[in-house]
Amino acid sequence: MSIDIQADPQPVINAGPERRTTRGSSLMWLLNPRMTAGLIIITIFVLGSYVLPFFCPVDPSQQATYMKNLHVSGKHILGTTALGQDTFWYLVFSIRNSLTLGILVGVGITVISTTIGLSAGYIGGNFERLVMLVVDTFITIPLLPILIILGALIRGNTTFLSVGAIIVVFGWAWGARTIRSMALTLREREFINMARFSGANTFHILVREIFPYVSAYMVVGFINTILFAINTEATLAVIGLSKVEVPTLGSIIFWALNYNALFTGNVVWLVAPIVATVLLFLGLFLTSTGFNAAFATRRGVA
Amino acid sequence: MGVVQYIGKRLAIYIAVLFLGLTITFFLPRMLPTNPVDAYIGQIQSRAAGTLTPEAITNLRASLEQLYGLKGDLLSQYLGFLNRVVLHFDFGPSFAYYPQPVSQMILSALPWTLTLLLLSTFIAWVLGNAVGVVAGSFHTRRAAAVLEFVGILLYPIPYYILALSVILLLAYVIPIFPLSPTFPVGDFSLQKVGQILYNSFLPALTLVLAGFGWNILSMKALAVATAEEPYVTFARLKGASHWTRMVRYVFRNAMLPQVTALALSLGTVFNGALLTEILFSFPGVGLVMRTAASSGDYNVLYGSIALSIIAVATAGLVIDLIYPLLDPRIRHR
Repeated sequence: MSIDIQADPQPVINAGPERRTTRGSSLMWLLNPRMTAGLIIITIFVLGSYVLPFFCPVDPSQQATYMKNLHVSGKHILGTTALGQDTFWYLVFSIRNSLTLGILVGVGITVISTTIGLSAGYIGGNFERLVMLVVDTFITIPLLPILIILGALIRGNTTFLSVGAIIVVFGWAWGARTIRSMALTLREREFINMARFSGANTFHILVREIFPYVSAYMVVGFINTILFAINTEATLAVIGLSKVEVPTLGSIIFWALNYNALFTGNVVWLVAPIVATVLLFLGLFLTSTGFNAAFATRRGVA
Repeated sequence: MGVVQYIGKRLAIYIAVLFLGLTITFFLPRMLPTNPVDAYIGQIQSRAAGTLTPEAITNLRASLEQLYGLKGDLLSQYLGFLNRVVLHFDFGPSFAYYPQPVSQMILSALPWTLTLLLLSTFIAWVLGNAVGVVAGSFHTRRAAAVLEFVGILLYPIPYYILALSVILLLAYVIPIFPLSPTFPVGDFSLQKVGQILYNSFLPALTLVLAGFGWNILSMKALAVATAEEPYVTFARLKGASHWTRMVRYVFRNAMLPQVTALALSLGTVFNGALLTEILFSFPGVGLVMRTAASSGDYNVLYGSIALSIIAVATAGLVIDLIYPLLDPRIRHR
């Protein structure tokens, strides 16, 4: 999916030191309309999906709890599924599981791609050439066929988390490429030379001098990775190759399609996850581009 | 000299990417705990209701390993794999449709995928960039903001959601197109072509919508940035009309990063096409893979992955080789 095409990373490069001067005073300058809208959507989703499950009457993944295919009513806000589950509670658990997976994968990919990208960009030479060859290969290889074969091979004896691990293994390359190109431009800066002549070693320069510049971009990359991870798992689930017993934004659609929700007239079962996914993705996307734009404006080149 | 160096470097990367990609395809399934031959023997065993003798199973295993290139140590398997794939484009026979060769199955599905993919990518790219450059050139107007909003709304939406929304809207709420598309097999006739076009409209629309949003957003940003360049100011002072500036000065230059972006995003676009095919039962490579995945037809899976890697890498190479024709700076360096 095209989520992993990273937004232009250049504008945030100079953001590091300016951020330091404002830290502690106020972060209100970050709040442009896009980011505000995005954050509001995300807050609603996060609060709703992590707090509401505490009030849930029964585990929604359990089948045949209620009558099948009930219509929308006061008792069942979104009706029930053809498997006798409450659609609303199933959706809430789906969003929570998808978000959890997205955040875990996001952390994993951000750590790996930053480490690889920074070291490749800063160390350079043959090491960089080798790393970039591997990165280009991983970008060129279409992910879905690989995931389909892995899904076919390990289906049945996989856990929800191992699906996330697979996504990390095949998803780090885009971030590494972007971070590396930022490290390349930083390598030539004066203050890096200054640090080196002052006797700082490579590790120290990477962590103390370059990392602060890259960290603003990492936030954007992290949010984009959450989008990518949720999307990838859902894609696999929709075609039935993820752990479909776990409620996620993809597996709920898988079951709705499998039980022909459209033909049986249970449209809500299919429409509700679609609307939820679109809203959640819009929220995440607005936040990441808003954040990026805020830093660009800050630098005065928006 | 510049062009020769450029092409040489690009070809070297192409070969390296193909080599690494095929190597990963080879080793990945072998690192997993499951063994397709065991699974296949189990299948035959259950069909024979457990009447197979141990000797028969040993023979069966030996002949299966021979047939599917699993004999010998890992290195000779690997060399055999590369030899067969690169030199003969041979992936062995299919498990499920034995003895039909895998390459034949994939090659008959490939024209479907290619037509759908190339056509929709081309339309999405041209339309998205045209809308993007207009939105960028008039970025102070309200209408441009609306266009950009369309891009923001479309871009983050995943392929499967777009596909389902298109089905819901145009096949369920307004039933213009079929809910479950059918694709005729056999020889082509005029009536069949019409039916194929009619049934392919929704998958193509999905792919166009998916590519559209990204192209609007990216082109708009590029057009705004390019419009600030001194040569555009020069053209304005020279008296060039707004249209000339937009098309010949801004668009021509802003197009270049978009071509590179297209080459880089091919893998993603290909993923989307596979998924769309599966959801619409479109008889391309994606559907072949999905069927193979559920019937445990591993040779077909390996074959289609290898082919996917080759196809995407080659398409990227072609775009990059066309690039010097578009960017005179590479030609004249």
